[in-house]
Amino acid sequence: MTLYDVFDWLEQTPIGEAIRGSSWLFPVVEAAHLVGLALLGGALLLVDLRLLGFGLKDRSPAYLVAQLRPWLLAALALMFATGIPLFLSEAIKCQASTAFQVKMCALALGLVYTFCVRNRLAERLPESHVWRARALGAISLTLWFTVAAAGRWIGFS
Amino acid sequence: MSLLDICEWLAETPWSIALHESLYVYPLVETAHVLSLLLFVGSIIFIDLRLLGATLREAPVTEVTSRILPWTFAGFAVAVVSGALLFYAIPVRTFLSIFFRIKMLLLFISGINVLLLHRFLNRTADSWDTTARPPLRARVAGAVSLAAWALVIVMGRMIAYDWFDCDHQPQSDFVNWAAGCPLE
Repeated sequence: MTLYDVFDWLEQTPIGEAIRGSSWLFPVVEAAHLVGLALLGGALLLVDLRLLGFGLKDRSPAYLVAQLRPWLLAALALMFATGIPLFLSEAIKCQASTAFQVKMCALALGLVYTFCVRNRLAERLPESHVWRARALGAISLTLWFTVAAAGRWIGFS
Repeated sequence: MSLLDICEWLAETPWSIALHESLYVYPLVETAHVLSLLLFVGSIIFIDLRLLGATLREAPVTEVTSRILPWTFAGFAVAVVSGALLFYAIPVRTFLSIFFRIKMLLLFISGINVLLLHRFLNRTADSWDTTARPPLRARVAGAVSLAAWALVIVMGRMIAYDWFDCDHQPQSDFVNWAAGCPLE
């Protein structure tokens, strides 16, 4: 069994079939995916801007990470709940799309980085380590903007 | 000279045609427009959630607004410039899009909401700035803003779909009226 067979099988799932069979389901799920993007953007950016030394400067990075965690998780839940059906409706197209491959790699890196590196270090980094904090924020911004831009580019391919 | 005439004139300008037909510039401008959401709407959402008392409850409301709003404006600038370019690339069809018109109406409602909230904050915020749960009027403004921006995003995405385009007749009388379809 090749990778193509896996994507071919994913394309045949009932969820994918239902979205392909409807003229309005894809646009509506896609629009919800974009609303999730805005929430995800805010939940990530407020922490990243703080690490870079901007935004909510009167609060500690640890406080912001803790406050924004439930919203970040809610945004990711909405992104997966809408993104997976969108993928299932055009799995074979995605399999051949460079933009999709870039997005999935950046997404995997972004998730691991955000929860295993950025959040953990942001919670215990001393205030004096300005440049380490800036690097933490800049890497996060780069990874997630790549995810979002590559995601938009799937539609152009 | 009607607005539609102006759009038809815009569509004939060389830059509009070049943008419309470009292989990479149009998709890049559209990507910038979508990415501006992350900063623009993303930052508004957290001001609204603070007004609702749903997050950042230990931070005073005016601290949250004064620290975040400069970033909201930066995102807004990118959204407006990229959005104007997208309109300029396809002026007539966009002007006659029912989704575009609903989106503009929602933007107008959001603007009024922001002005009213701004006045309310200036007059009364001193007395409740540090409370975890702001007064009803501030919470209503936050809820209206969240709903309006979510709908702006949905309507913006729908502009790409042609179900209600004027050249796909017959449409219902309501669609033809709301989209301003020029019928003979």
